[in-house]
Amino acid sequence: MTLDELQRAAAEERANQRKVACHLHVCTAASCLSAGGGQVKQALEQELAERGMRSFCQVKGVGCMGLCSAGPLVAAQPEGFLYGHVTPEDAPDITRSLVEGRPVRRLAVSTDLPFFRRQLKIVLENAGRVDPERLEDYIAAGGYASLLRALSEMTPQEVIREVTVSGLRGRGGAGYPTGLKWSTVAKSPDADKYVVCNADEGDPGAFMDRAVLESDPHRVLEGMAIAAYATGARHGYIYVRAEYPLAVARLRTAIRQAERAGLLGNRIAGTPFSFHVEVRLGAGAFVCGEETALMASIEGRRGTPRPRPPYPAEAGLWGHSTLINNVETFANVPVILREGGEWFAQIGTQTSKGTKVFALAGRVLNTGLIEVPMGISLREIIFEIGGGVPEGRRFKAVQTGGPSGGCIPEQYLDTPVDYESLAALGSMMGSGGLIVMDESTCMVDLARFFLEFSKGESCGKCVPCRVGTAHLYDLLDRIVRGEANGGTLAVLEELSDLLRHTSLCGLGQSAPNPVLSTLKYFRQEYEAHLEGRCLAGACGKGGRA
Amino acid sequence: MNAGIKTLKIDGRDVSARADQTILEVARENGIFVPSLCYLEGLSPVGACRLCLVEVKGASRLLPSCVTRVEEGMEVTTRSERLERYRRMILELLFSERNHICSVCVSNGHCELQSLAEKLLLTHVHFPYRYPRLPVDASHPRFVADHNRCILCTRCVRVCDEIEGAHTWDVMGRGIEARVITDLNQPWGDSESCTSCGKCVHVCPTGALSEKGRSVAEMAKRRQFLPYLTMMRTQR
Repeated sequence: MTLDELQRAAAEERANQRKVACHLHVCTAASCLSAGGGQVKQALEQELAERGMRSFCQVKGVGCMGLCSAGPLVAAQPEGFLYGHVTPEDAPDITRSLVEGRPVRRLAVSTDLPFFRRQLKIVLENAGRVDPERLEDYIAAGGYASLLRALSEMTPQEVIREVTVSGLRGRGGAGYPTGLKWSTVAKSPDADKYVVCNADEGDPGAFMDRAVLESDPHRVLEGMAIAAYATGARHGYIYVRAEYPLAVARLRTAIRQAERAGLLGNRIAGTPFSFHVEVRLGAGAFVCGEETALMASIEGRRGTPRPRPPYPAEAGLWGHSTLINNVETFANVPVILREGGEWFAQIGTQTSKGTKVFALAGRVLNTGLIEVPMGISLREIIFEIGGGVPEGRRFKAVQTGGPSGGCIPEQYLDTPVDYESLAALGSMMGSGGLIVMDESTCMVDLARFFLEFSKGESCGKCVPCRVGTAHLYDLLDRIVRGEANGGTLAVLEELSDLLRHTSLCGLGQSAPNPVLSTLKYFRQEYEAHLEGRCLAGACGKGGRA
Repeated sequence: MNAGIKTLKIDGRDVSARADQTILEVARENGIFVPSLCYLEGLSPVGACRLCLVEVKGASRLLPSCVTRVEEGMEVTTRSERLERYRRMILELLFSERNHICSVCVSNGHCELQSLAEKLLLTHVHFPYRYPRLPVDASHPRFVADHNRCILCTRCVRVCDEIEGAHTWDVMGRGIEARVITDLNQPWGDSESCTSCGKCVHVCPTGALSEKGRSVAEMAKRRQFLPYLTMMRTQR
């Protein structure tokens, strides 16, 4: 498919869609599906068929609309009515309302809430709008135009320049400048380079990558293909955890569709550029999200990290120069090429450009998936977009960055969300999990939870992480149970310092963060536990088992 | 291979090195002691025990000297209060992880873990001992694997794979549950890939792998074969 053909196909699909007066968008991402979205979609289709309204209205399965706590979600377009907690029994009312042109009041969710108004959707611009299982729909939304324009009108250097100008930084958590990474791989003389998409999202409470892959898989493929063109790679892998079956299925469908349309595979769009993508499944190891462990796993070896340097750009998959980026990083690329790097660089802060997708979870009214400009404060995210803490309870802390991150207490809620500010608080941006805690959460118990996770996910290769996380967990367990003595906190700190500075990979280096940040901001809870009391009243007598 | 020669400073001493050498190799060449357990000349380095970490001027993190290549003008510190503290703690972690009881060990007096503890002036372990229940595999006619004494350095795994070419040993499980295994976690004696060459026993730094019939303190290891084999291979 050439650029002309692509634009014709897009125009054709848009014309087809306009022939139908209205569309019912039913969320078919994992969260709404598990709440019964599939049955809702079926019931709506049946209802429309029975009433003979199918030429008037079409039901379309779309990706995540964000407000997962109100799922299953249905949106009536073009009116823009949004319905929450929809059941199959609501189908007659919804179809009737289409004719009457009035919303179904009892199901309506206001789209004027700060939850919707305060967001800025770049990565998720198509989520909730296009059918993730139809290539035509993605093309109609402007998809693959960036790739074909890059192939026909830009040199690889120009693509990299655009990405560099945009200021995009790695969305996996560490925030390495994407343009710099791309140019390092591009400069490698290696004739056999690889592009890898890291979709091994494993933080407890995080589901950003899953939502992107389930909602808009072609966007990630397009981003990868652009990266391959820019760096000179011909092969790509997407490493997805096997626990994301829907994302895997949609990715595979998308790859097949794109190959059939000549948008992936040999001689893309009639140019000499070829790029093949394969899906590889992770077998349930968190550490395989670490890039060197991920590559070992793709190669078929035991997924354990190795010391860097050499970095993947120099010696990656099978020793070849390899570019590894996160799902969200790739998903930003088509927009950057479409709107230009300078446009992207206007969004966000001085050091952190663009937007960030967060998975909002825990004790917050509106749980779900959000995308906000960098630099927004945590308070705005939690209290405006998230709607605050439910049941009249008091906010206590927010955990960012999963097991590698830390807890941020109320006094720092006005901190702008960017890589440096969060790191300065002893937490990190991480991949985008945000877990809100209220006064009923015991922070010692929380630290124990994360250390139980890190201990179970340590690969066992290096001594500090293998033995240290086990000791940290045991010590925290004793504290929670009220069996620890006064010297325990000093040992906790000593071990945390050791892990941070001597562990082989990021897992061990950041595993103490939940301990250190809770010790820093909630030391009184630890001290109370040493005296056998839980300040949150969560751990009961003798602690929770 | 880059044949360039680099000069650098290790603990204030000017030393020269080939560009393909690691800090650890150059330090040892110059008689500078850097502790290590997983590293063994002739096997691929893995940087796992973290005992050979050194400070390099300008580097934000401590670097494992066994896998870090020398660079022109590098300034390396192998001994500092901080490094010694970390090294002692790592040794303590190893002692607390499994059941290391030197007085009944076949390798007592010939054990690298034990001698490092002496060298680093370890006097006690201040982390709680974990006392795991671990098996002893005596199914092989000539050798014994005692997991109580294993420190997961994976020298056995590497020598079996890289030198003997059998790949009988590997690692199973993760984190604190990780364990070296023979074949697909079968008894060593039932292993079909094991050639009974004994290389794993002799590269093992502790008494985890030993020859049968040795009593306490009788299991000294002979490693001369390793540099010899690697030299013969590279010169051929």
